Amino acid sequence: MSDPRQRFWAPAVILIVLVVLWESLVTAFNIQQFLLPKPSAIAGNLVQVAALDASVSEEGEDISLENRFFTVLPADLSPEMQASLEEARWLAFNLGGRRFFVLRGSNLTPILAASWFTLKEALGGMAMGTVAGIAVAIAAARWTATREALLPFAIAANSMPIIAFAPIMNNWFGIDNPFSKMAIVTIMIFFPIMINTVRGLVSVDAQSLELMRSYAASDSEILVKLRIPNALPSLFSGLKVAGALAMIGAIVGEYFGGPRIALGVFITQEAALFRFASAWAAILVACLIGIGIYLVILLAEGLALPWHPTFRA
Amino acid sequence: MPGPVVILENVDMIFGEGASDQVHALKEIDLRIEQNEFISLIGPSGCGKSTLLRVVADLVQPTSGVAAINGKSARQARLDQDYGIVFQAATLYDWRTVARNVQLPLELMQFSRSEKESRTQAMLELVELTDFAGHYPWQLSGGMQQRVAIARALSFEPSILLMDEPFGALDEMTRERLNLELLNIWRKTDTTVLFVTHSITEAVFLSTRVIVMSARPGRITADIAIDLPQPRNAETRSNVRFFELETTVREALRVSEAGEEPERKPG
Ligand SMILES: Nc1ncnc2c1ncn2[C@@H]1O[C@H](COP(=O)(O)OP(=O)(O)OP(=O)(O)O)[C@@H](O)[C@H]1O
Ligand SMILES: [Mg+2]
Repeated sequence: MSDPRQRFWAPAVILIVLVVLWESLVTAFNIQQFLLPKPSAIAGNLVQVAALDASVSEEGEDISLENRFFTVLPADLSPEMQASLEEARWLAFNLGGRRFFVLRGSNLTPILAASWFTLKEALGGMAMGTVAGIAVAIAAARWTATREALLPFAIAANSMPIIAFAPIMNNWFGIDNPFSKMAIVTIMIFFPIMINTVRGLVSVDAQSLELMRSYAASDSEILVKLRIPNALPSLFSGLKVAGALAMIGAIVGEYFGGPRIALGVFITQEAALFRFASAWAAILVACLIGIGIYLVILLAEGLALPWHPTFRA
Repeated sequence: MPGPVVILENVDMIFGEGASDQVHALKEIDLRIEQNEFISLIGPSGCGKSTLLRVVADLVQPTSGVAAINGKSARQARLDQDYGIVFQAATLYDWRTVARNVQLPLELMQFSRSEKESRTQAMLELVELTDFAGHYPWQLSGGMQQRVAIARALSFEPSILLMDEPFGALDEMTRERLNLELLNIWRKTDTTVLFVTHSITEAVFLSTRVIVMSARPGRITADIAIDLPQPRNAETRSNVRFFELETTVREALRVSEAGEEPERKPG
């Protein structure tokens, strides 16, 4: 599995198999779309493909793509229709004697706008939670008494369902104020960051500390040159947990109410209107953003810790 | 003439005094080390060799007795950075390259940038690791890591070098080569060395004096002057006197390990 191409292809093949299976089972058993939409119906909200095929006859005036992922249109479309397709396309190409158009899905724009809004809440909360978590961790590592008094609470708090406070935050900061969601993300992120950082700051090898003492290093020198570098790997494991929690916190916070442009609100509304494929499409984008955040953290980790065992190529 | 570099007078070290599991690690230690001596400490495992070194380094405070270094308290000597220490494990910082590990004490002691660079360069040449300046510790063998630790301890030219079994984990070949390197460094500089080892051969080969300690509570049971000619080299090892001295040290160790009532003031 050391070959990177193999590492990429094996999961990719599994993903394709799963999607194909999903599509065919939903079709075969005629599963209602409010129970489980087809992957193609979900994707059709974001991207659409239209093909012009000469063997298809014109069906009438009203040629609609609806939210279908893939549509075959007659080749002899009216010049206006052709022009509007050419204008709306992202991509157009000829393949096997047909002309293909790749178009934005009808819900792509609202979903992306909502995702951007919610991503800003998640990132804002993550920034505040990380800064607060690191600051408290440094104080806790510095003053043993503080640490021993605080840590049991932190560990207890870390296992509480903090998301349950979301309606309270909405009440405190205002339902339409993005800060109410940032606050919930901040609190959710704070504990894993703080606990992991304290662990890293404190779990310094005794001999490394003696070495510092032999140089008559001050506490702040020990912090900067020994404790903080020693804490970076566990800070990054905290950040990875935090990255996953951030999108969850923001979206679930929005389930309890928020402005119309928020992703959580979009999902609840679409579901309430029985537009499940579009709700699923928004969830898919939220998942992709979560993966994106994780990958960015992974990249930052690689840049910050070139010496760490994980990166020993 | 300057006074002794290290004076230990009637030093006792009891860990966890009063507790049921108290350990009497050092008992009535009297030791004087003059400038430019190379002293080896040898004794059974757990007898308190590391503890003695750590008393000199002011990393632990003795329960009773006096430790004076360069005519001041051990604490003041530590604050003045009078000694460099090498532990049995290299204790390099994983996140620093070889060069930056060697620079660590120089950074803390506020050496100028150019001074830092020239000293690092010189130290890496001394331990023959110039080509590895940009490597991280995990990319080095155990012996190379130990050489980095030695370079780091020497980089700020301390007047005393404290070494706790620095070559303990190395193979015989590497150990012998590093012994020669260490002697070279010691000859070139004015350093006084206090060296802990388990190896009789190593102790005799390197030292001007070998101090033998008894099992717990650790006491000094023999103080053997090594009158082999300087500089020591490969021929030293085939000197008849070398074998005689090895036998003397081995005998002293055997006596001390047998737990017989040791002579108070040997020599
Ligand atoms: N910080 C400490 N707290 C309690 N006991 C200690 C401490 N350090 C050392 N000891 C005890 O003191 C005794 C001497 O330990 P020391 O490490 O000095 O032995 P040593 O001669 O260096 O042994 P070795 O050759 O195995 O390294 C041991 O019994 C050890 O358990
Ligand atoms: Mg020891």
